[in-house]
Amino acid sequence: MLDEHVAGHREIVPDPPPGDIAIRLQCVELRYGPKIVLSDCSMDCQRGEITCVIGLSGAGKSTILRVINGLRHASRGHVFVNGDETTHLSDRKLNEIRRKMGFAFQYSALFDSLTVGENVAYPLWEHTELNPTEIRERVEKTLETLGLEGVDKRMPSELSGGMQKRVGFARAVVNDPEIILFDEPTTGLDPIMTHVITETIQNIQKRLKATCVVVSHDMPSVYRVADNIAMLFEGTIIENGPVQQIKASRNPIVQQFLEGSEDGPIPL
Amino acid sequence: MSSEAPAQPFQGLASVRRFLSYTGGLTLLLGDATRYIVSMRFRFTEVIHQAYFLGVESAPIIILTSGFTGMVISLEAAAQAVAYGFSTLIGGSVAFGELRELGPILTGIVFAGRAGAAVTAQLGSMVVTEQVEALESMGVSPAKVLVAPRLLACVLTVPMLTIFADIVGVTAGFLMALIQVHLPGAIYWRSVQQTVIMSDFTKGLFKAAVFGLIVGLVACYEGLRARGGAEGVGKVTTHAVVTSIILIFAFNFLLSFLIF
Repeated sequence: MLDEHVAGHREIVPDPPPGDIAIRLQCVELRYGPKIVLSDCSMDCQRGEITCVIGLSGAGKSTILRVINGLRHASRGHVFVNGDETTHLSDRKLNEIRRKMGFAFQYSALFDSLTVGENVAYPLWEHTELNPTEIRERVEKTLETLGLEGVDKRMPSELSGGMQKRVGFARAVVNDPEIILFDEPTTGLDPIMTHVITETIQNIQKRLKATCVVVSHDMPSVYRVADNIAMLFEGTIIENGPVQQIKASRNPIVQQFLEGSEDGPIPL
Repeated sequence: MSSEAPAQPFQGLASVRRFLSYTGGLTLLLGDATRYIVSMRFRFTEVIHQAYFLGVESAPIIILTSGFTGMVISLEAAAQAVAYGFSTLIGGSVAFGELRELGPILTGIVFAGRAGAAVTAQLGSMVVTEQVEALESMGVSPAKVLVAPRLLACVLTVPMLTIFADIVGVTAGFLMALIQVHLPGAIYWRSVQQTVIMSDFTKGLFKAAVFGLIVGLVACYEGLRARGGAEGVGKVTTHAVVTSIILIFAFNFLLSFLIF
């Protein structure tokens, strides 16, 4: 009785995961007021691999990325990033962890008052001691890697959706992060641009050897890039493992989602 | 059994909670931004840029407003003063009112409507397009790069605009007295010199700086709590202007009571 009482007030932080796991979510719960967005959500992301989080629209996929980055704080549970438990960190320590992370947003989230070059340079201005010439060189090189030569002087509003996505990627990877989070990278793009973006993610991961978490429900892209897949349903990870394991899953929810079928346990 | 909706005995309590939450939020944001300003951890070029955007572009409206206000005070006062033989007091009364009250408060109100609304709309649209989250995801504090420069620009700009407002208001008052009752310039300006003292001017500028702080802080706070899309941005923008104007009037009374 006493133990239960004490446990309710003093949460015991579990041991950090082994070194080959870059990100661990352990029994994470997240609420927006009375609404539970994530519930008992647990998953591991292997270091240097691409983990894709799949699930229905509104299932909480993007929220998982925000929890990993510390933009949303879990109401319960633990989040480990590179061995550090981040749920109760101070803003200063959290910012140190965020500096080793890149976040490519669904709608790019480019700063509309800055040029493309300034957008990509922003993390370098804030977090490095590089001089303006070095920053310019790094920005040009990063833009070139993503097939965006010569656009650094243009404003984000002058670019197509696909180019904006790639500028968002460039900003996310310009300071060589250890972890990169991609939120719906191919949503709303035509098949050719989807292919380009998917290849870009693979190339970035190979070049930086970073741990990537990609949130998507575009299954052809997921199969191309993923090393591991985690399926999120009603705020909980119901299946997590290598691609072949997920494809062979006997879970009817996973099967219905992968087949894109109307018939099954997923309510329409 | 009554089918009426149950009474809400805690509605008053909820309002108090909202008020405390709002003032607490403002205080925390002010503390956060002040920390960056005091430790000089912000881009000074951004302050200049914001001072130009907020201040210089507000100047024409403020000059117009204070010019017409100075003229109307002079118009009302001149005829009465001449009729009762107090024409030597026209300049003093216009300058006294302008420097201590009308200059700072009109500048503050116009600044809230022009610059405060612009800041809230700008930050609000940055929030709804995830630009603020993008900053945070990079480990960059919005208080450092967005709030601190805007707050400092507002605190520096409103007193400068008030100086313009004071000069234009008093000069416009003179022109009106000249046209209306043919008051000689020497009498008007001597009256100004005899009536107002330097501290009337400096205390007016202090009030203006406080109004600048209010407008900047409320505008940034409201902008950063925008939710939804364009409708959400519109709501916080309106709320920011209304709140700023109410606070300017309240603080004007408080400061006049305390410092004059």
